Amino acid sequence: MERFRLIKDRILSKLMLILTVLSVSVVLVIGIGLYFKSIPILNNSSWWKLLTSSEWKPLKGLFGFFPFIMGTLWVTGIAIIIALPLCLLTSFYITEYAPNRIRKILVPFVNLLSGIPPVIFGVWGVLFIIPLIQDHIAPHFVEFSTGYSVLAGGIVLAVMIFPLIVSIVCEVLNTIPNELKNASLALGATKWETIRKVSLRKAKPGIIAATVLAISRAFGETIAVLMVCGNNAVVPHSVFDAGYPLPALIANNYGEMLSIPMYDSALMFAALLLFIIIFLFNIISRVILARLERKLAI
Amino acid sequence: MIKRKIEENFFRVLMVLATIIVSGSFFLIVGTIFYKGVPFMSWDMITKIPGGGFYIGKEGGVLNAIIGSLYIAGGSTVLGLLISIPVAIYMNMYLSGKNFLVNSLRIVFDVLFGIPSIVYGAFGFLIMVYFGIRASLLGGIVAVTLLVIPILVRTLDEVMQTVPKELRDASLSLGATRWEMSKVVLRQIRPGIFTAILLSFGRAIGDVASVLFTAGFSDNIPTSLHQPAATLPLAIFFQLGSPVEEVQGRAYASALILTIIVLIITILSSVLAKRFSKNSSR
Repeated sequence: MERFRLIKDRILSKLMLILTVLSVSVVLVIGIGLYFKSIPILNNSSWWKLLTSSEWKPLKGLFGFFPFIMGTLWVTGIAIIIALPLCLLTSFYITEYAPNRIRKILVPFVNLLSGIPPVIFGVWGVLFIIPLIQDHIAPHFVEFSTGYSVLAGGIVLAVMIFPLIVSIVCEVLNTIPNELKNASLALGATKWETIRKVSLRKAKPGIIAATVLAISRAFGETIAVLMVCGNNAVVPHSVFDAGYPLPALIANNYGEMLSIPMYDSALMFAALLLFIIIFLFNIISRVILARLERKLAI
Repeated sequence: MIKRKIEENFFRVLMVLATIIVSGSFFLIVGTIFYKGVPFMSWDMITKIPGGGFYIGKEGGVLNAIIGSLYIAGGSTVLGLLISIPVAIYMNMYLSGKNFLVNSLRIVFDVLFGIPSIVYGAFGFLIMVYFGIRASLLGGIVAVTLLVIPILVRTLDEVMQTVPKELRDASLSLGATRWEMSKVVLRQIRPGIFTAILLSFGRAIGDVASVLFTAGFSDNIPTSLHQPAATLPLAIFFQLGSPVEEVQGRAYASALILTIIVLIITILSSVLAKRFSKNSSR
C-alpha cells in the first residue's frame, strides 16, 4: 500500500512534468514553426528588403512589408498617445483621490471593459467612431475622409488597452509606501505635487512596463483594427489616411493565399514578425514587473 | 501659493475627466451595441439556423454560430483545464522551493498570454496542415485551447498561491504524498477553478482571429468534430461586411447576443472572485 502511493505520486509527477514542459515549449514551437514556413520567402529576398520595400504585388512575387509595418506603427502610436495620459490620470484618481465608495464602483467597470471581445470593439468602432470621424472630426482638417482611417483604429485600440494599463498602473501605485507620500504632504506639497514628484518617479518602471505591454497588445490586435482601418496597402501620411496593419494583412488574405506561390510563406513571415516583436516586448515588461514584485516582497 | 492651488485644482479636474472617459467608454460601447442591436433582435435570431437566402436578408437566425461558439469555447476550456490543472499543481506543489524556476515559468506563461490570437490562429493552421486536418470544429478547439492554456495556468497559479502554507504542511506532516496534498489543495480552491473556467470561456467565446482559419464556417450546426463550425464573432464580422441592410442589422443583433453572453460571464466571475477573496482572507 505504502509503495503503491509513492509510485502513484512519482508517476503523476512525471506526467505533470511532461505537460508543463510541453505547454511551456509552445513558445519555441510557434517560433520555429513560423520560421520554417517563412524560409521560402527569406530565400527569395533578404530580411532588409522584405522590411523596407513598399511594393506589395503578390501576383508578381513582390512582397514589401513596409506599408504594413508603418500601418501597425501608426495605429499603435495613436493608441498609446491617446491611452497613456488618460490611463495615468485615471489611475492617479483611483488610487489617490477617489473615495472608497467610488473606487469600488470604478474598478469593476474597468474590468468589465477588458472582458468585451475584440469583435464588439470593432462593431462599436464602425457604428460610433467611424461616423464621428467622418462627420465631425475629419471635415475640420481634410476635404474628404470616409472615416476608415488609422485614427479610427488608434481610438478603438486605445479603448481596448485602457483596462490593461489602468490595472497594472493602479497595482504599482498601490505598492508605493504611504510614508513616502505622507512625508511629501507633510512638507507642504499639494497632492498633485506629491503625485508628480513622488508617486510618478517611484512608479516609473511599472508605468514603462505597462506601456510596453500595452504596445505589444496593440501590435497584435487583429479584428477590431481590421474592421475600422480601411486596409489600404500604402504608407499612411496623416491620421485620416487608411492603413493596413500586419495582423489585418494575415487575417484578410488567408483564403486566397494557397493559390498564389509564396503568398502563404509571406503571410507566415508576417506572423513571425509579429511573434518576434511581441515576444521581446513581453519578456522585457514581464521581467521589469517581476523584479518590481520581488523588490516589494522583501 | 495661489498658482499651486490652481495647478492642483486643474489637474484634479483633468483626472476626473479622464476617469469619466475611461470608465464611461464601457457604457458607450455597450450602449451603442444595445441601441443598434435591440431593434433587430428577434426570437428567430436565437432559435433558427440561417435559412435559404439568409445572406440577402431572408429569414433565419444565428443559432448555428451560437452553438458553434459554445462548442468551441466549451471544448477548449475542458481540454485546457485537463492540461493546466496538472501544470499549476506541478508549479506550486512539486516545484515549491525552486523559486527561480517557478518564476521563470510564470514569465513564460505571461508571455504566452501576451501572444496575439492571430499568431495562435496561424500556428494552429500550420498544425492542421501538417496533420492533414481540414478547417473544422476540432481545428478550432485545438487553436483556442492553445490560447486559453496560459489564462488558465496563470489564474489557477494565482489562486493556489493564496492557499495557506499551513494547510499544505499539515497534510504533508500527516504522511500524505505530494499528490494527496494537491488533492486537498484542489478542494480548497474549487471556487477559484470556477473563476478560471469562466475567464477562459469568456475569452474563448469572443475570439475571432484564432478560429478564422481553423474552424471554418457553416450554416449548419456541426454534428461531429470534423465538420466546420460557425462562430458568433465570425458571424458578426461576415454579416457586418454585407451591403444588405437587413443582414447588417442582424450583425448588430448578433453583437448584442455576444455582448450579453460575455457580460453574464464576466459579472459571474467577478462575483465569484469576490466571494473567494473573502473566503481566503479569513
